[in-house]
Amino acid sequence: MLKRLFVALFAMTLAGPAMAAGGDVELQKRDWSFSGPFGTFDKAAMQRGFQAYREVCAGCHGMKLIAFRNFSDLGYNSDEIKAIAAEYEVQDGPNDDGEMFMRPGIAADRIPSPYANDNAARASNNGALPPDLSLIAKARGNGPDYLFSLLAGYKDAPEGTTVPEGMYYNAAYPGHLIAMPQPLYGEDVTYLGDADNSVEGISSDLVQFLMWAAEPKMEVRKRIGVAAVFFLGIFVVVSYMAKRRVWADVH
Amino acid sequence: MSANQFKSPVVRWIDHRLPVFSMLHHTAHDYPTPKNLNYMWNFGSLAGLSLAIMIVTGIVLAMSYTAHVDYAFDSVERIMRDVNHGWMIRYIHMNTASFFFIVVYLHMFRGLYYGSYKAPRELLWMLGVVIFLLMMATAFMGYVLPWGQMSFWGATVITNLFSAIPYVGESIVTLLWGGFSVDNATLNRFFSLHYLMPFIIAGVVVLHIVALHRFGSNNPIGIDTKGPQDTISFHPYYTIKDVFGIAIFLLLLAMAVFFFPNAMGHPDNYIPANAMQTPAHIVPEWYFLPFYAILRAVPDKLGGVLLMFGAIAVLFILPWLDRSPVRSARFRPLFRIFFWLFFVNAIALGYLGGKPAEGIYVILSRVATAWYFLHFLAILPLLSMFETTKPLPKSISEPVLGSSGRSA
Repeated sequence: MLKRLFVALFAMTLAGPAMAAGGDVELQKRDWSFSGPFGTFDKAAMQRGFQAYREVCAGCHGMKLIAFRNFSDLGYNSDEIKAIAAEYEVQDGPNDDGEMFMRPGIAADRIPSPYANDNAARASNNGALPPDLSLIAKARGNGPDYLFSLLAGYKDAPEGTTVPEGMYYNAAYPGHLIAMPQPLYGEDVTYLGDADNSVEGISSDLVQFLMWAAEPKMEVRKRIGVAAVFFLGIFVVVSYMAKRRVWADVH
Repeated sequence: MSANQFKSPVVRWIDHRLPVFSMLHHTAHDYPTPKNLNYMWNFGSLAGLSLAIMIVTGIVLAMSYTAHVDYAFDSVERIMRDVNHGWMIRYIHMNTASFFFIVVYLHMFRGLYYGSYKAPRELLWMLGVVIFLLMMATAFMGYVLPWGQMSFWGATVITNLFSAIPYVGESIVTLLWGGFSVDNATLNRFFSLHYLMPFIIAGVVVLHIVALHRFGSNNPIGIDTKGPQDTISFHPYYTIKDVFGIAIFLLLLAMAVFFFPNAMGHPDNYIPANAMQTPAHIVPEWYFLPFYAILRAVPDKLGGVLLMFGAIAVLFILPWLDRSPVRSARFRPLFRIFFWLFFVNAIALGYLGGKPAEGIYVILSRVATAWYFLHFLAILPLLSMFETTKPLPKSISEPVLGSSGRSA
């Protein structure tokens, strides 16, 4: 009785925040390679996701917590990382003359943000602030499903809904009126090979990349977790047997 | 056992000059404990373990954390990304906080069910309530430190409550803030206090244990131990039982830390604090939700604050509200029904605290809040006057029914 009630209590507290993020938005539930205790990231999808981020999203959204050196997680070797970093211009300084200067990026640099500050970002986007995407997959309820649904959620507004100038209708966005114009129409990115570059394909790649960016230690976390649970499972059995043995003479 | 009975000559030498080993032996081995404790008595040691985990992980986190509004959020992310195993230490700290409250709530419900607060253990119970209060303050300030959206807005809402106090309210709020809004000074003093308070808790825990050892544990039957046939030594019987409890606790904690580390948190706290943008729903951590529901059930701010603190104040005077001489709910059929009603009501309050304060939720919160206070202030005093209790066993080792039950 007691145990069941506590399980119910626990489940309820878990459901609380998730439901708070729900409302009348349409979320598409998908099976992600990184779900579950044994889930891992799809490196090829993350590389494509980074390409899509760079070509579609990076004009407005920064990822300031991510350094180029972190891309080893995506399966790039150090030469490739140096080459990617060098494609960016990074501000450094002050030099010996006291001047700030631009130089090609190195592996230790973080991805430069598109705007100097929030005000500059708002000024270029009709007053709306494009959020930094470093943590976005954890900063929204049901992050991966939400991001996927959002990217694929642009629709014509239903009758009776007026969409103001500079706003767009999105089925997955809370309140449905979003300031971000539809970013993906399909074939927005030319992938090497024959990877799917439909809206769903690119969205799925972006979610892989963004989930990794938000939780870069997830794979090692789950790996340690499996070992820890295995070890502690044995500890539970052994300590229970020890307890039974010590208590055998008590009645 | 006297000092010269220790086997090791080194131990004997030390113990003769500094009797720590005798003291440990006295508190763990010679300490007689009722032999019929069930698994609900495991949660005290688990709470102690939780406190230890929190202090150790917290000290390590503080080595890499920066208490400044411009750096706090990023320093936490730096711990998550660049500090060796920083993600693990932070997730352990985050999740053990929740587990600490789960364990303490179970510990408290056990005390309520088996009447552990009754004479002569009133001070033991009250020290426990003090620990609970200190835990809530510590947890609240800890949640502010990552300086996410919920940190900032939670801090704003909760500190603003004190402004409801007549005359001195505004001054208290200014003192808490260290300025005129939640800002850098607030973050700094919260960090300082968050580091201090666990050690105060540890001190009160020592008092809690001293008070416990004065009369020993209560037990599921709720009658006093009558002699050596009713007790066993704490070590090895309850140490090994506690080890088993700890194993299960650590297993569940590991599952949360490694597989669902953010399940008990709020996604908004991964958004950096922004004083210009209020989150759609400001909700505190789950363990505050019952009290948050009580706070919001009252339309008046001061009234809400008074009721919220009153909800804990009634716990302080509980030993004098429930005057029934029978401790355990096993022998109190009516009390047992009302205990479970109270339990369900407490969970309902937690559920309602997480819902927006509108429509049916407000009405239900009011009913549940009224029931919470009714339970303590009316039902318990009345039960202790009119309830017919079942006959008590003569002793723990001889659970044969005694001559007659007590009735009012």
